[in-house]
Amino acid sequence: MNAKTRELMRDVIIAGIALTAVSGCSRQRAEDENQRRYITIKGSDTMVHLVSTWAEAFMREDPNIEVSVTGGGSGTGIAALLNSTTDVCAASREIKYKELLQAAEKNIHPHEIVVAKDGIAVVVHPDNPVNELTIAQLSRIFTGAASRWSDVGGPDERIVVFSRESSSGTYVFFQEMVLNKRDYMVDAKLLPATSAIIESASRDKRAIGYVGLGYALAAKDRVKIVAVKADDKSPAVTPSNETVKSGEYPIARPLYLYLDGEPKGTLREFVDFCLSNKGQAIVTKTGYVAVRQ
Amino acid sequence: MKLAWKEKAIKLILLATASTSILIVAGIFVFLAKEAGQFAIEPGLKELLGTRWVPVSFQKESFGILPLITGSLLVTVLATLLTIPFGVGASVYISELARPTERELLKPFIEILAGIPSVVIGFFGLVVLVPLIKTCFGLSTGLTALAGAILLAFMAIPTVISISEDAIRSVPASYKAASLALGASRMQTIWKVTVPAALPGIVAAVMLGMGRVIGETMAVMMVTGNAAVITAWPFDSVRTMTATIAAEMGEVAFGSHHYRALFCVGIVLLVATFGLNMIAQKVLSKYRIG
Repeated sequence: MNAKTRELMRDVIIAGIALTAVSGCSRQRAEDENQRRYITIKGSDTMVHLVSTWAEAFMREDPNIEVSVTGGGSGTGIAALLNSTTDVCAASREIKYKELLQAAEKNIHPHEIVVAKDGIAVVVHPDNPVNELTIAQLSRIFTGAASRWSDVGGPDERIVVFSRESSSGTYVFFQEMVLNKRDYMVDAKLLPATSAIIESASRDKRAIGYVGLGYALAAKDRVKIVAVKADDKSPAVTPSNETVKSGEYPIARPLYLYLDGEPKGTLREFVDFCLSNKGQAIVTKTGYVAVRQ
Repeated sequence: MKLAWKEKAIKLILLATASTSILIVAGIFVFLAKEAGQFAIEPGLKELLGTRWVPVSFQKESFGILPLITGSLLVTVLATLLTIPFGVGASVYISELARPTERELLKPFIEILAGIPSVVIGFFGLVVLVPLIKTCFGLSTGLTALAGAILLAFMAIPTVISISEDAIRSVPASYKAASLALGASRMQTIWKVTVPAALPGIVAAVMLGMGRVIGETMAVMMVTGNAAVITAWPFDSVRTMTATIAAEMGEVAFGSHHYRALFCVGIVLLVATFGLNMIAQKVLSKYRIG
């Protein structure tokens, strides 16, 4: 290595150190006044698309702020909030009691905000004659008690059950709401992505699966969305923005943002933005259901 | 004096880089064993011997890894059965029969096949192969062990071809010359003399291919349906060990039983690939001496 390159390398290293130091300082100062230039959001894979669309719109309004969004799942997001490695956690489920205890231990005060709602649609092949199912029938199908379509008013064929992977918030939600906390049948095929479930349901006449409402509506030419009855006496309700919002559709869930304590400064601005007319319009546009108008 | 010191330092640095792999392997073993060991204490290794893998449950979580092991086994065995005829056939053709121009054309394509990222192969499998299997065999779904095995065979074939080609090439020319001089035809020479002489190398190639297959994750996860059932039927869905770890590690709570069970699965997988590689190396080295 000659002297010139060595000198150049030294300069580069010094410049690097100086830059890191400077940016570190300014960041420190900004955070003292609750005015920050960076917000990190981590959590639910279901919500990644929604949250990153919010983040982009928010950054367009205030170009001085940088918002970074990552997925990983609701559990990962809540863990990150408890470890103070994220400012905001996006979660498609409520924080668990166990996690609240951990939070108390770490002196973190999770603050919950419902920012949108999501319906879970049950999808089958377009040629399947079954148009409506009760929660009890769905439960029997997904636990394996009903194994033929004739058991629930369809043709005499085997039911092929598709589910999300067990790491998905949707899996746990469906298990809790529809299966009444029972286990899924062992034969259920666990697919790693929503798109794979749509793909399978669109190709397989005997298939049944569940996906977020937004995905189902986007794919409604390829799959049939089944209407769901809460019980035998209730009317069958087709999932839509209106029926989820009104609470008529039985398989729906709120989507949350969690922060450490009441949001202040820039975080407050971000949360307010999500709940504003503009933010809620993004909710509808990305396939979820707005909670405010 | 100064030079000697410098030389020593360089030697030390080189030694350090060379021994990094040992450190990494040891580190991984220790790391896996630490987490898995805690599973052995609570709830105990007996839990792993169950036949049900239900890690997320409101009732009772079960961590029986038998369905995962049989799943990996079924996919690997099927993939190997598919790989052998293609791998060996292609290597015989390339090393013994192909004209130089043909070889020039074939070799790069085999190398390209080896370089395709597994997620791309998986995507191809999901969109093309899975529906094809479904219609060909009249199944209710094409997401089967067979689909996974075919994709894995795609990935193992290049490895098997290049290693067995080497083995066939290094059969001494005198063997062939002797066989031909005795009046054997070209085909007789290939199947009765050359291939048997190269057999240990071919066996090692297949085993190294299997090592790659058993550790492969992404493509398998996309096409095997991932249902944790114990089966030996190629048209059933299976859940492999690799797919289980990849799918579940993301959201598992750190330090939970589920988290530690996944490390136990990792150890089983590591031991399996380690064993396969060891045997393959043994076979290869024996063949080189003989």
